[in-house]
Amino acid sequence: MTIRLEPREDAGLGLKIGVSLAAGLVALLLVAIPVLFAGGSPLTAYGLMIQGAFGSMFAFSETLNRATPLILTGLACAVAFRAKLWNIGAEGQLYIGALAAVCIGSGLLQLPPALMIPTVMIAGFLAGGLMMVIPTVIKQRFGADEVVITLLLNFVVILFIQMLVEGPLKDPLSMGWPQSVPLLAEAKLPKLLPRLRMHWGLIVGLVAALVLWLMVRKTVLGFEIRAVGENKAAARFAGIPVDATMLKVALISGGLAGLAGVGEVAGVKGYLSSDLSPGFGYSGIVVAMLAGLSPIGTVIAALFVAAVFVGADSMSRATGISSYIADLVVALSLLCVLVGSFFLRFRVKWDRQSVVA
Amino acid sequence: MDVLFDILGSANFWAAAIRIATPLIFGVLGALICERAGVLNLGIEGIFVAGAMTGWLAVYLGAGLWGGVLIAAFAGALFGLLHAFLTVILGLSQHVSGIGITLLATSVSYFTYRTALPDVSSPPRIAAFQPVSIPGLSDLPFIGPALFQQTPLTFLALVFVALVALVLYRTPLGLAIRAVGDNPASVEAQGLSVVGLRVGAVVVGSALMALGGAFLTMSAFDAFFFGMVNGRGWICIALVVFASWQPGKALLGALLFGAFDAFQIRLQAQIGQVVPGQVFLMMPYLLSIVALILVARRADYPRALLQPWTKGQRH
Repeated sequence: MTIRLEPREDAGLGLKIGVSLAAGLVALLLVAIPVLFAGGSPLTAYGLMIQGAFGSMFAFSETLNRATPLILTGLACAVAFRAKLWNIGAEGQLYIGALAAVCIGSGLLQLPPALMIPTVMIAGFLAGGLMMVIPTVIKQRFGADEVVITLLLNFVVILFIQMLVEGPLKDPLSMGWPQSVPLLAEAKLPKLLPRLRMHWGLIVGLVAALVLWLMVRKTVLGFEIRAVGENKAAARFAGIPVDATMLKVALISGGLAGLAGVGEVAGVKGYLSSDLSPGFGYSGIVVAMLAGLSPIGTVIAALFVAAVFVGADSMSRATGISSYIADLVVALSLLCVLVGSFFLRFRVKWDRQSVVA
Repeated sequence: MDVLFDILGSANFWAAAIRIATPLIFGVLGALICERAGVLNLGIEGIFVAGAMTGWLAVYLGAGLWGGVLIAAFAGALFGLLHAFLTVILGLSQHVSGIGITLLATSVSYFTYRTALPDVSSPPRIAAFQPVSIPGLSDLPFIGPALFQQTPLTFLALVFVALVALVLYRTPLGLAIRAVGDNPASVEAQGLSVVGLRVGAVVVGSALMALGGAFLTMSAFDAFFFGMVNGRGWICIALVVFASWQPGKALLGALLFGAFDAFQIRLQAQIGQVVPGQVFLMMPYLLSIVALILVARRADYPRALLQPWTKGQRH
C-alpha cells in the first residue's frame, strides 16, 4: 500500500471550512493532555470552559467583548497576509491607535459625541496605519524584512507607551498608577446593552469585516491585493502598481489594528496603560489563519479564540488549572490549521496495490 | 566625554558586555545553522523561553546544572523537530510555523511553570552557574577580569562559535549544509538527503537557541520570570542578517550588541535622571532595526531560504 499526493487546483469552500473547524477541534482535544498533567479532568474542564464562555448572558457578552479587538486584529493580519505582507506588528499598531485616541479624545478637542467618536476612530486608524506603513516603506526602500521589523517595533511601542503613561500623559489623579488621563465622556464608545461591557466597537468590527469582504471581492484594490499576494512578479508584469498596493494594504492593516486599540480604550478601559492588550495583536495572527484569511471567517474565528480565553479564565478560577491553557489552545490551533493547509494543497490518495517501482 | 572613557575603560564593563552577548551568541548561532540550511526559524523566541524554563525547572527539581543544560537543549531540539516536520517534511510556511512554535513553546513553558509551582508568589531560586576563573589568564590585568572570569556557559558559547565555524567551513558536512540552503538540487545530485540535512540542521540549531534561554535562568539570573526573554530571539534573527550568516561575524555582532547594551545601562546610571529609562530600554530593539536596514540591501541571503524542497524536484 502506498500513499500518493496529488496537488489540488483549488480547494472548495467546504473543505476550507472543514479544515478550520477540525483544527480548532483538534487543538481543543490536544489540551486534554496538559489538563490531565495538571491533575484535572478534561471533560469537566471543557464543560466549565463552554459554560464560562456561553453559559449566561453575562458570559456570552464577555466573549463578545473579548472578540471585538480580535476581529479587528484578525482582519488586520488577514488583509496583510493576503498580499503576502507579513504584518506581525498588530500588537504595536493597536497601542499606537489607542494612543492616538487618548491624545485627541482626552481634552485636546471639544466636540459632541457624534463628531468626537468618528474623529477619534479616524485618528486611531491613521496612527495604526502609519505604524505599518513605516516598515513597509523600509521594506520597499531598503529591502529589510518586515517580519522582524514589525516584531521588534512591538517592543519599542510598548516601552514608548510606558514612557508616556509614566510621564507626559500620566493621570495626576491615578494615585501613582501608570495610566493616562481618561478619555472625555464624549469620546467613549456607548455600551451595547446596559450593565454589560460589550460596546459599539463590536459593530465597528463587524462592519469592517463586511467592508473588507466586499473590497476583496468587488473592488479593483481587492483584485490588486489578491494578484500581488499570488504572484508579485506577474502582478507587476500585468501593470499592477505593486508598491502602491502594498502601501494601501499596510495602511488598512495597521489601521484595523489601530481601531482595535481605539475600541479597548474608548469602549472598555477609558484610559491608556501598557497592559491594555494581553496579546490581541499576536492572537490576531491565529484568528486570521484559522479564518483562512477570509474576512467573514475572521469574525467566527475571533469568536472561537475569544471563547477559549474567556472560558479558560472561568475554568481556571473554578479548578485552579492555569489559564495559560487558553494560550495553548490558540497556539495549537495555529499549528493545526497550518497542517490542515497541507490537505488544502494536496489530495492524499491511498493505493491498495503495491506499486512495483 | 569623561563618562564615555570611564565606562569603556573599566574591565567590569567589558565583562558585562560579554555576559549580555552570551545568550545572543547561542541564539544567533542557532538561527544561523537553520538559515544556512534554508529554514527560517521564527520559533526562536519561544524556544528561548522553553530553554530558560526547562533548564531552570530541571535544576530546581534536583538535576545538576549541566543536566539542566542538557534538558534545555533537548527541549529546544524537540521544538526544532516539530518546526522541521512542518516546514521541511510537509513543506509548509516557515513564517507561520515559526510563529506557531513560538506561541506553543511559550505557552507550554508558562503552563508547565504555573502547574509545577502553583503557589509561589516570588520566583524560587536555584544555585546558578558561578563565574570561574581560568588559571593564569584571569590574572592578566584588565583582560583577565573582562574575558576570563565568566560563567561556564559563556565559555561554552565561545567554543560553539569555533565549532560551528569549523564544521561549516572545514568539513564535508558543513559544505553539504551550506549547499542545502543555497542549491538543494546540487546536494540531491550528490546522493545526499536534502530533507535529512535540513531536519538535522533545524534540530541542532534549535537546541543551541534553547541554550541561550538556559543561560538566562541558570547563569545571568537564578530564577525564571514571565516575559524574561523579552524579544531576545527576534534580535537574534536580525543579528543573523547583520552577520551575513557567518559565525565569526555573528560573534562580533553579538559582542557589539552586548557592549552597546552594557554601555546604555551604565549611561542610564549617569544621566537617567534626565532621560526616561524606557528610552534606554528601547535601544536594543531600535539598534537591531537599524542594523537590519543598514545591511539589508547587501545581505546575501541563502538562496533557498524559505523554499521547501520535494524529493526529485527540478528547477
